[in-house]
Amino acid sequence: MAELTYRDAVAAGIAQEMRRDSRLVMLGEDIAAAGGVFKTTVGLLEEFGPDRICDTPISEQAILGAAMGAAMTGIPVIAEIMFSDFLAVCFDLVANEMAKVRYMTDGQVNVPVVVRTANGGGSRFGAQHSQSVENWTMMIPGLKVVAPSTPADVIGLMAAAIRDPDPVIFFEHKSLFASKGDVPDGEHVDELGSAVVRREGADVTLAALALMVPRALEAAERLAGDGISAEVIDVRSLVPLDTRCILTSVAKTGRLYTVEENPRLCGWGAEVASIVADEAFWDLDGPIHRITTPHIPLPSAEALEDMAIPSVERIYDTVKTTLG
Amino acid sequence: MSTDVTPVPDAGRFDYAVRTPRLPAPPDPALDGAPIDRAARMRMYRLQQELRQFEKRAYDLFMQNLVKGTSHLSLGMEAISAGFATAMQPDDYVFATYRGHAHTLAKGVAMTGVMAELLGRENGILGGKGGSMHLTSAKHNMMGSYAIIGAHMCIANGTAWSAQMRGTDQVTVCFFGDGTTNIGAFHEALNMAAIWKLPVVFVCENNLYMEYTPIDYITAVPHPAADRACAYGLEKIVVDGNDADAVYLVARDAIRRARSGGGPSLVEATTYRHGGHSRADPGKYRPAAELEAWLGRDPIPMYHQRLLRIGVSEAELAQIDRDVAAAVEHATEEAKAGAPPSGDVLMTDVYADGGAAWRN
Repeated sequence: MAELTYRDAVAAGIAQEMRRDSRLVMLGEDIAAAGGVFKTTVGLLEEFGPDRICDTPISEQAILGAAMGAAMTGIPVIAEIMFSDFLAVCFDLVANEMAKVRYMTDGQVNVPVVVRTANGGGSRFGAQHSQSVENWTMMIPGLKVVAPSTPADVIGLMAAAIRDPDPVIFFEHKSLFASKGDVPDGEHVDELGSAVVRREGADVTLAALALMVPRALEAAERLAGDGISAEVIDVRSLVPLDTRCILTSVAKTGRLYTVEENPRLCGWGAEVASIVADEAFWDLDGPIHRITTPHIPLPSAEALEDMAIPSVERIYDTVKTTLG
Repeated sequence: MSTDVTPVPDAGRFDYAVRTPRLPAPPDPALDGAPIDRAARMRMYRLQQELRQFEKRAYDLFMQNLVKGTSHLSLGMEAISAGFATAMQPDDYVFATYRGHAHTLAKGVAMTGVMAELLGRENGILGGKGGSMHLTSAKHNMMGSYAIIGAHMCIANGTAWSAQMRGTDQVTVCFFGDGTTNIGAFHEALNMAAIWKLPVVFVCENNLYMEYTPIDYITAVPHPAADRACAYGLEKIVVDGNDADAVYLVARDAIRRARSGGGPSLVEATTYRHGGHSRADPGKYRPAAELEAWLGRDPIPMYHQRLLRIGVSEAELAQIDRDVAAAVEHATEEAKAGAPPSGDVLMTDVYADGGAAWRN
């Protein structure tokens, strides 16, 4: 075991896979000589050279297009979109091209692309550099969607995403880059589509993603002080979605809270709530509650942004007040 | 020869009745003596006949309501497909837009599977899941027809990048229409191709109309593609897209340049569609004199005459025409014999495991 930051785990995960597969290449803005604007790709140019770590112009469509075309010929590609908000300027490639080409061509081609992108708030960047947009991609058939919350998962899920033959949108959370955690020694490969129970509990289930996972864990700790035993699930992968893990937990606790950073409408928790309502209705002891950012663009000022994104306090309060 | 578009007074923007015809330039008589071998010319003749007769049949099938949805024909534009296909190697990559029947057939994909796809049958090349606008045959390196213009130019860079990385000499040829030149992806793709010196040839089929609007009304320069070339350090290339020999010569040069590491080219081929933009469009925005003049510059009779002038017999050409007619007839019958796709395939091939499962 070694301790790494989430930020360094990004480069470590990419390097692990680049050493394994000499075909693997990466492209994006300022990723090579500059090491990435979030310093997540530091050292990769030096180890793998400019033919494999490629700086591009500010041309998100050209980035994803080149990635997709190369991938269609069998070359695995990692493409970085600097901020996830910028997926909007290349959404045709995301939503209409790489997601659909396999189905439209009756399975003739695969698109082994990982689109890495910095997601989420907490950096006081304002509404165009702070959104949690995982639900934009979750709704599109043909994509897989991953959002790790720990350094070990960054490496393990990155490896799984790179080895996966389908396009994977890989959300790295900006407010987690500085966080630290143990990572396994040697090669580490995890599995897409598997959630993890981070804390076991008996009274309520908190299903959370990315930055919301450490907040849910902290809230659970406080709830424990009040005699409430909260189980915390790190959903990790929105597509495929590990519904079994969530349904199993709800069968035990009878109470579900989703903790989502995305604005409320059509956030991932709505789908989870729908599934649980459909399939575990008789396991529930009360209504499902979604704890989300309100349906607003994210404000910039520290005080406002902190009010918008679910906090430990809000998670704790919501559980306390709704549990009766 | 000049292929410049005739300047147009503004009144025609809003009143079809006073719209000035955009007339074709005359063919270049010197091309009779172009350095193109007989076999290449015979191939181009046959290809143009195949594309013409196939598209006419596709049109007939629309009229019989056997082709559902929409479809975009290349009638009148066959010389571009034929010229480029003849200059390509079999393992070169091709990308097309929704107007992609001709490029798919010219890449060597059999007529039956393409026709069956238009008809929505299980023996279609996409099993009925793609349709007219998404024709693809990866085993022919026909990498797809893309119905949202521009993105495919970025994707074409990807196969060119792949060839560069793998050290093969494969060239990617990407076709698009004049309307594509005003979308951002066009510019992103050209810049990246230029800075990475990618082995890709971008081919603008300028048929003078975006969809229903003349391209010169909504573009800042007379040549929508070629006049942008200088912005990416590329040569301005305009060619008569209704003359297969002219297209072939330009294609051969551009493909050779790409294959030898000389980087991308941007070719603008001037042409005209004989019909409307799509199945739904009768093309009434086009002055009668203009349509008449361009029908008089039909690439196929012109090529037929050239082949006679250089010594090919009428009998040989007539035999090709008959063979192609028989092939189209046969393909139509085979396509029609296909069943509609079974429901079994509705949920297949969303993901690489062959299925559509998004949860456990």
